[in-house]
Amino acid sequence: MSAHQAGQWPSAAPRPQINRRRRTLTVIVCTAAFIIAAWLGGYLVNLEKLATNLQSRNHAPSLQYLFGTDWLGRDMFTRTVKGLGLSIQVGLLASVSSGVIAVMLGLLASMGKIADRIVSWLIDAFLSVPHLVSLILLAFVMGGGMKGVVIGIALTHWPSLARIIRAEVMQLKSAKYVQISRRMGRSSWWIATRHMVPHLLPQLFVGVLLMFPHAILHEAAISFIGLGLSPHQPAIGIILSESMRYLSMGMWWLAFFPGLCLLLVVRSFDVLGERLRGLVDPRRSRE
Amino acid sequence: MIRKLLAFLGFKAVRLASLMFAISLISFMLVQNSPIDPVQAYVGADAVRVSPEQRAQIAAYWGLEKPPLERFVIWSSALLQGDMGTSMIYRQPVEEVIGERFLNSAALMGVSWLLSGIIGFIAGVVAAMKKDTWIDRCIQWYCYTLASTPAFWLGLLLLMIFAVWLGWFPVGLGVPAGVLADEVTMADRIRHLILPALTLSVVGISNIALHTRQKLVDVLESDYVLFARARGETGFRLFWRHGLRNIALPAVSLQFASFSELFGGAVLAEQVFSYPGLGQAAVDAGLRGDVPLLLGIVLFSALFVFTGNLIADLLYRFIDPRIRKAGVR
Repeated sequence: MSAHQAGQWPSAAPRPQINRRRRTLTVIVCTAAFIIAAWLGGYLVNLEKLATNLQSRNHAPSLQYLFGTDWLGRDMFTRTVKGLGLSIQVGLLASVSSGVIAVMLGLLASMGKIADRIVSWLIDAFLSVPHLVSLILLAFVMGGGMKGVVIGIALTHWPSLARIIRAEVMQLKSAKYVQISRRMGRSSWWIATRHMVPHLLPQLFVGVLLMFPHAILHEAAISFIGLGLSPHQPAIGIILSESMRYLSMGMWWLAFFPGLCLLLVVRSFDVLGERLRGLVDPRRSRE
Repeated sequence: MIRKLLAFLGFKAVRLASLMFAISLISFMLVQNSPIDPVQAYVGADAVRVSPEQRAQIAAYWGLEKPPLERFVIWSSALLQGDMGTSMIYRQPVEEVIGERFLNSAALMGVSWLLSGIIGFIAGVVAAMKKDTWIDRCIQWYCYTLASTPAFWLGLLLLMIFAVWLGWFPVGLGVPAGVLADEVTMADRIRHLILPALTLSVVGISNIALHTRQKLVDVLESDYVLFARARGETGFRLFWRHGLRNIALPAVSLQFASFSELFGGAVLAEQVFSYPGLGQAAVDAGLRGDVPLLLGIVLFSALFVFTGNLIADLLYRFIDPRIRKAGVR
């Protein structure tokens, strides 16, 4: 198509191509920078501002308090940044462990027919209960807290990625070099680790990245319900659930800004993942 | 045809049975290993006034001293007879609690399911028909943003704007507070339903809209649409005669297959608006350690999701004339 156009308009055709690539890279750099800033910000925040300061209670947003202050005089901007850092941290832990589970089960499925049956059955079983309900169950079982949330999200989010990996592995198995390798007497383990895993890595990376949005949203949701992170931590879900008591007093900023920032972070992860997928696997990125 | 349908349903029934068994086994084992002591959770604030002997009695009454496997057999055989145990926090049989709560939730989920389906479908169609224009870009941008919006935050915003500032709707609950149950009118119930339903419907819109858009774009690029365009058909007429039939069925079955997200969203929407539905019961059960109710809700939600997927499957296999005539696999 583009070659055909190039014949007609020699000067116009190559330019959009370059622009698109440059635009993709710009978007990737910007979103990544934003995410890293939010993450590091969570560590760098001035802890003094998290302390209660009864003299500056219930301030509406102003230049001094960008996001306002709450009923204890805590600076909402600081709390929000800290909360975003927490969210990203939970997302990182949960997504990576979920990715590990997905790879192990995806590879296991390639070992044989019975293993494949078991894995598909497990995927179906885990997908059959709504995520939030299984998260409530797991958080209850683990007794809440950071551990409960991370394990809960890791255990509920692997099936979709495992499905993709399983399909990819099935395709790889019929590839020439894998078959030759098998004829040469390589073990299943050797093939899995030397042939399959390197091939799967880029996909896996993007898959894990695209799991972040779900993980972060679910973390916020379960903390909001009260079964997630401890109420003493300024997680976004906790901030929002506390804000509910003050909404009827017209303190809109308590809920508005933290939620908006969470939305921005989640969207950034989404955009970053989609753009990277476009680079890694152009075939599948077309939605 | 009928025989195929029966065979299909039989296959699904076996699958459902194995699925339910697996879920009940897994969740029972999980709860088994929970660090929360059920007797302690039951006793709660009265901990000081309950003697060790009384604790032992409670444990014996619930059969807690028996080995786990035996308890699982007792519990699951009671389940098979339709006895899901007694909820600790509502002091009612679990199946009654679920039934009562589900009626409320069903109203909420049904309304928002329809809303999100209709709005999403229309948005997707408009975006595809106006592909690559600013309308299309706006709709797509809006859908992607919605997809990364925390549902409960959106609920809070709606609550803030429409209930607190404008005062159009009540702040929460399923019925007005302080009014006798007999005096609650249908209008009251609907007024209390609107905001939660709106919140919940927003969650489902982006999925259906983006899917519909993609399907319709594919259809519009096909040869028969090219031919139709060559004959001079455009706009709504083109969509009505060639687009709608091709995209309606996938959209409807996608909507049925989204029961899982719907249920999850309902949990959050009910929490924000203190709407007395099944999701709120699930949260309470989790927070206060009501194991029988929690297990009951897990199983019930799995059944709910399964039903949705089954309907989606049936629609694809037995309603779609192309697949029906080609023979069911």
